[in-house]
Amino acid sequence: MRRIVVVGAGPAGMAAAAAAARHGVDVVLIDAGAKLGGQYHRQDALAPGDAFVLPGNVEHVADATVWAIEPVDGGHRVHLRIGPADGPRRHGRAVEARALVLATGAYDRALPFPGWDLPGVFTAGAAQALAKGQGVAVGDRVVVGGTGPFLLPVTASLIGAGARVVEVAEANAAVTGWLSDPPGALAGWSKTGELMRFAAALARHRVPYRSRSAVIEAHGIDVVESVTVARLDGLWNPVPGTERRIEADAVAVGFGFTPQLELALAARCRVEDGFVVVDAAQGTSAPGVFAAGELTGIGGAALAASEGEVAGAAAAKFVGAAVEPPLKAMARVRSGRKFAAALNAAYPVLPGWQGWLRDDTIVCRCEEVTKAALYRAVDERDVEAVRSLKLVSGAGLGLCQGRVCGRNVAELAGVDAAGFAKRPIASPIRLAELAEEEPVESPIDAEESGRALGVEY
Amino acid sequence: MSRIETADVVVIGAGIIGAACAEALSASGMRVLVVDRGAPAGGTTAGGEGNVLLSDKAPGPELDLAVASRRLWPELIESLRAELGDEIARVEWEPKGGLVVATENDARGPLAILAEAQRRAGVQATAVDAATAREMEPHLTEHVAAAVHYPEDAQLQPVLAATAMLAAVRSRGGDVRGWSEAHGLVVVNGKVAGVRVGEGTIACGAVVNACGPWAGHFGAAAGAPVEVLPRRGMVLVTAPLPHVVSRKVYAADYVAAVASSDVDLQVSAVVESTATGTVLIGSSRQRVGFDEALQVEVLRRLARSAVKLFPVLAGVPVMRAYGGFRPYTPDHLPVIGEDPRFRGLWHASGHEGAGIGLAPATGRLLADLMYGRAPVVDPTRFRVDRPAVIAEVRT
Repeated sequence: MRRIVVVGAGPAGMAAAAAAARHGVDVVLIDAGAKLGGQYHRQDALAPGDAFVLPGNVEHVADATVWAIEPVDGGHRVHLRIGPADGPRRHGRAVEARALVLATGAYDRALPFPGWDLPGVFTAGAAQALAKGQGVAVGDRVVVGGTGPFLLPVTASLIGAGARVVEVAEANAAVTGWLSDPPGALAGWSKTGELMRFAAALARHRVPYRSRSAVIEAHGIDVVESVTVARLDGLWNPVPGTERRIEADAVAVGFGFTPQLELALAARCRVEDGFVVVDAAQGTSAPGVFAAGELTGIGGAALAASEGEVAGAAAAKFVGAAVEPPLKAMARVRSGRKFAAALNAAYPVLPGWQGWLRDDTIVCRCEEVTKAALYRAVDERDVEAVRSLKLVSGAGLGLCQGRVCGRNVAELAGVDAAGFAKRPIASPIRLAELAEEEPVESPIDAEESGRALGVEY
Repeated sequence: MSRIETADVVVIGAGIIGAACAEALSASGMRVLVVDRGAPAGGTTAGGEGNVLLSDKAPGPELDLAVASRRLWPELIESLRAELGDEIARVEWEPKGGLVVATENDARGPLAILAEAQRRAGVQATAVDAATAREMEPHLTEHVAAAVHYPEDAQLQPVLAATAMLAAVRSRGGDVRGWSEAHGLVVVNGKVAGVRVGEGTIACGAVVNACGPWAGHFGAAAGAPVEVLPRRGMVLVTAPLPHVVSRKVYAADYVAAVASSDVDLQVSAVVESTATGTVLIGSSRQRVGFDEALQVEVLRRLARSAVKLFPVLAGVPVMRAYGGFRPYTPDHLPVIGEDPRFRGLWHASGHEGAGIGLAPATGRLLADLMYGRAPVVDPTRFRVDRPAVIAEVRT
């Protein structure tokens, strides 16, 4: 039997599942959401039907969490729990496959600043998810801050949900300016049209959009009441004297994205500079493991879908289907990556943010570690790696397991952030669930797996 | 800080044992350089639970070392506090005591025999009945056949403890250097004259191999191999909980698992809470080389054994799992002493899962031997040239 497992049903995972299914391969498509589309499409979970339809040989396993990936002879065993995460009645499954496509996506990054732990401060992604998924605005007067083109659709979603966005503070140069004149041969790339439409929506609603500015503090007793926005110099240090106080009851901040690497690391894929390394067929360093979408580099939904198509075809070929190289999708991946690389280079996170923090600013919310406590732990104990940093400071040891604070804490401490993503248990699982025996579906036939070869075009 | 390129002693390995050796040697007046190929306190030390146990050791040389070490830990922490201040001496030391629980009737006899032998060796070990055990630990299973309370068992946070000792080494004029791999010795007339580290050479009169499970690697590179092998272990960590367990509570079959030499997976429950409210669940033992790949079966058996001991944990979420490699020797005794092949090469490794507890006495013993002082415990059984450690080696 030819079967692959795809983890993640966003644009990359859906495209991978569809491509593999087209080549006659059975697909188990696992996703945490109730419906297809992932964070990007964010379908209303309560509305009837699904906007997407996949071929009949794709089994969509919804509301499912992959909590572990285990290498076995000839492939991988994927362990999942199915059902609402907080519910008592999740059930377990374990599926084996010779080929896996990981399309686990990314979550947006929040930088700490004084007051960021007040109720009313959201990540841009959370604000957008509430607006798009449930039509709920996070506040009446919202300030959006951060960097990169993602701030535009977030702002548009907030407006759509009825919020008044009183300011957008972009810490780098204006996205609209960059998009209207991108460097070199990148002009005309498809993403620009979509983003320019968002920019036009902002203009129509007269949303003040300020470049080289950031929310450097949120004020309030129990909830956010106002924020301080300051202009930034070339390294993101606030320019003295430019601080402005703006009344707002909510803040949405997004400073780029962090890929969800734990399953890729569990499958022993090589990671460089924070992303999974892939070849032209989206193959990782681990045989039979393919990766697509934000896991391999931040590039948006269109690029993710192209990568998914390539990865799905390659995974199908890996398990023995007759597959011609998907040349068109591969060409789209190449041009999309060029554009993404230029965009990412234009919207970096610069070190001046560390100066926004005061000694008593919390840097790890779960364990309530302040900047001063973190520095003291690092200085006095000469910590040089994530594992010991966590254990001497407590940062990253709490419920989020470093997902929110990991990169920030690593940058503050001057250690490599990669260690924060090493989470052998990829999502929490109750002891009783862990203790349960799960039947293993479609165990890999070792003899058959001996024939598996790498995919090269 | 400027780098020193000569030292009295170079300690290879900045885990709890290397740190304890360096602390003891620098306290005796030596200028010590500690090097580690990774981050200090980032290997086995960061993968442990922080056990300072007498309860799991049968009378013999290891128990003697453990008894000495248990006495030394609070003294050492106090002296670090006096020397370096409160903050750095904070190591989450908790003399919480241990409770060993037999859940099956056939485990009662062996537990009673062990406890009696330990008492004769000077360990406090009090047999308690099921009712008392459940009074001490109200969430304990109802199926208690017998239990023994060990008030001297303790716990600390190993990374805090190791980094505190390394801070002392630095403040006494020594240095600690991470990401520096030792490749071999410089030997002149059969005596250590230096050690090759990274691209350079550090001149020194003595080298201590404190590489834990990698001691065999450095020993081989130094031309003095020792039989120290990795034995894998995993620990589960729950979300922070309101108070569930007060002591270090473990199943009576733990002692047998520790003492076994089995290559195959052995799992026995060790359950305890930490200062932050999380509950740590061990322990597994497996000889799989340095393979770090996740094995769900190990986690599953850990979960089962913990729920058997504390049924209330069934609904509790596990937040993370971490693993490490214990330095295992075929006769389950650490290797502490001078190498017979090269004068000036010393070993301090092979403590398996007990390195945190055994660290201060190991450091003290090494310093005693190096200085020719009366040793803190009898070093005979820890000798490097005993058959289990050196016999298989072709020189």
